[in-house]
Amino acid sequence: MQLELKDVSFIYNPGMVYEVKALEHVNLAIEKGQFIGIIGHTGSGKSTLIQHLNALMKPTEGQIFYEGEDIWGEKYDQKALRTQVGLVFQYPEHQLFETDVITDVMFGPRNQGLSKDEAKVRAVRALVQVGFPEQYYNSSPFELSGGQKRRVAIAGVLAMDPQVLILDEPTAGLDPAGRDEILEQIRFLHEERGITIILVSHSMEDVARYADRLIVVNDGKIPFDGTPKEVFSHYRELEAMGLAAPQITYCMHALKERGFDVDVTADTVEEARDNILKALGKPLPAPENADKKPAGKAKKSGRAGRR
Amino acid sequence: MGIVRAAGLRHDYTKYREDESEVKVRALDGVDLDVKEGDFIAILGHNGSGKSTLAKHINALLLPTEGTIWIDEIDTKGEENLWKVRQRAGMVFQNPDNQIIGTVVDEDVAFGPENLGVPTEKILHRVEEALTKVGMLKFRDKSPNRLSGGQKQRVAIAGVVAMRPRCIVLDEPTAMLDPTGRKDVLRTVHELNEKEGVTVILITHYMEEVVDADRVFVMDKGKIVMEGTPREVFSRVEELKSHRMDVPQVTELAWELKKAGLALPDGILTTEELVEALAALKH
Repeated sequence: MQLELKDVSFIYNPGMVYEVKALEHVNLAIEKGQFIGIIGHTGSGKSTLIQHLNALMKPTEGQIFYEGEDIWGEKYDQKALRTQVGLVFQYPEHQLFETDVITDVMFGPRNQGLSKDEAKVRAVRALVQVGFPEQYYNSSPFELSGGQKRRVAIAGVLAMDPQVLILDEPTAGLDPAGRDEILEQIRFLHEERGITIILVSHSMEDVARYADRLIVVNDGKIPFDGTPKEVFSHYRELEAMGLAAPQITYCMHALKERGFDVDVTADTVEEARDNILKALGKPLPAPENADKKPAGKAKKSGRAGRR
Repeated sequence: MGIVRAAGLRHDYTKYREDESEVKVRALDGVDLDVKEGDFIAILGHNGSGKSTLAKHINALLLPTEGTIWIDEIDTKGEENLWKVRQRAGMVFQNPDNQIIGTVVDEDVAFGPENLGVPTEKILHRVEEALTKVGMLKFRDKSPNRLSGGQKQRVAIAGVVAMRPRCIVLDEPTAMLDPTGRKDVLRTVHELNEKEGVTVILITHYMEEVVDADRVFVMDKGKIVMEGTPREVFSRVEELKSHRMDVPQVTELAWELKKAGLALPDGILTTEELVEALAALKH
C-alpha cells in the first residue's frame, strides 16, 4: 500500500470553544497508480485530509503510513516525503515568484539538493510533461495566461519527481478548453509515468470522466468510497451533502422514468449517447480517430469503454 | 435606451518589459453593446478574451482608451460622474475573501451605502433589506470568516444590493464554490433580477449557469463574436468550441445523438427538453 491512513482524526483548536473536528477516525488505503477523485463541500474536511498526506498537518490521533513507514515516526524524513507526495494547492499560480519560468520550476529540485544542471534537466522534463511551450521558458511567469501559469505551477511540483501528485481544484477559474487541457495532461502523467493522482474537484463531471475511484468527504468522515458509478448512484445522499451527480446522470434517471431501457449509471456523454442509441435500437457511431476527437472528450482508458 | 450601452469600446493595456520597452496589449477591440434594463445577460469567453476588462468598464474601474460606455446614459469618463456610475452598477468578484472587509456581516454590507453618504439611520434599514434579499439576514451579526464560500458571495452581493444599483456585474462569482454554493448564488442573482428588476451581467465559465439568461454574449480577442439567446448560441456547438467554450453536458449529449442520426432539435438546454424530445422519437 502506497499511502495508508489508520484511524486519523484532526481537531482544530482542541479544548476551546472553537473546537472543530475536521477529520474523524478516517481510514483510507491508496494503492500505487490509482486515479482518485476527492469531492466534498467547502468545509467538509477535504483540504485538511490532503494536507495530512504529505505531513503538512499532524493528526491529532491515528497514524499515516507512506510505503509502510509511519510518517510521524521518530527520525522520519518529512522533507523527503514532501518531494514524494507532491501537493499542488488551489490557485498555485499565486505561488509563482521567479523572474522566469525555468528558474521557477527549478526551485523545487534545487531545494532537494540537485545541482543547477540536474535541476534544469528535471525542470525541462516537467515543463514538457505539462505541455508548456518551449519558447516561453525564459518569459516572466507573470506575463502568461491563467492556464499557462497553472501549468508552470504544476511543473514546479512535478520537477521534484513525486510518486503521488495531489491537486486541489487544478481547474478552478479556467475556461472550458483550458480545463480540458489541464485534465488531459494530468491523465497523460498518470498513464505515462504511473503517478498516483489525487484530484480534489468541485466538478462532478470532471471526476466522473477521469477518476477510477471517488472518495466523498463529509463532516470529516468518508461516507462513500468507490468507483464514480457506485458513488453517483447515491446521488440523493450526495445532494444532502451539498454535492450532486453529473448532469448526465440526472438525464439518465429521467429517461429511465419515462420508460427508456437505459443504464442509469452512465456518467459521461459518450457512454450516455451509446446507451440511448442502444435503447432506441439505433446503430452506434464508429469510433472517431484520436486526432479528430474534440479537446478533452477522449475516452477514459480502461473503463466505461464505448466498445 | 439601454441601461448599459457601449459604442466602439477599445481598451489598451501598457505592459513594461524587462528592458523597459513598452508593449501595447489590446484587451477590448471595438465592443458595441446595448443591454436592456431588467435583462439577465451572460458573458462567456476564454481566459484572456477581454470579458473581465469589459466588466470593469461597466463600473468605471477602467476607462476606455477609445469609444464610450454609458451607464444609465451617464458617460463613465466624466470624473464627476464616478460615484453615480458606481452606485448604478455594482460589481461582485470571483474570490469572496478578497472583497469582504467588515468583521461582522452587517458592517460589511453597510460599507457601500456608507460610502455613498447615506444617512446612518437609513443605512441600518438598507442593510436589513439587502441581507433579506440574499437570504442572509440570520447571519447579520456573524463574522464573515466563519461563512462558507457561497454565503460569503451572497454577503458580497448584499453589499452591492445595499447601494440600490440598477445593474449588477458578477465576474465569475461561482468559480471557487462547491455545487450547493454555486446553486445558492445563482438563485439569489436570478431572484434579484426577477423580483427587483435589477439588470444582471454574469460572467462565467460554467455553461449550465447561462441556460436561463435572456441573452448570451461570447467574447474572443476583445470582440463580441457570438450573440443571441442561450438556445441560439448553444446550437452552434462547433463554433463555440472554436472559441474555447463548451456547451452544457445535456446539450452536448443531444448534439452527439443528433450526429449519430437522431432527429433532435438544435440547442436543447435542459434534461427535461432532451427527455421530451427523445420520448417523441420513441413513438
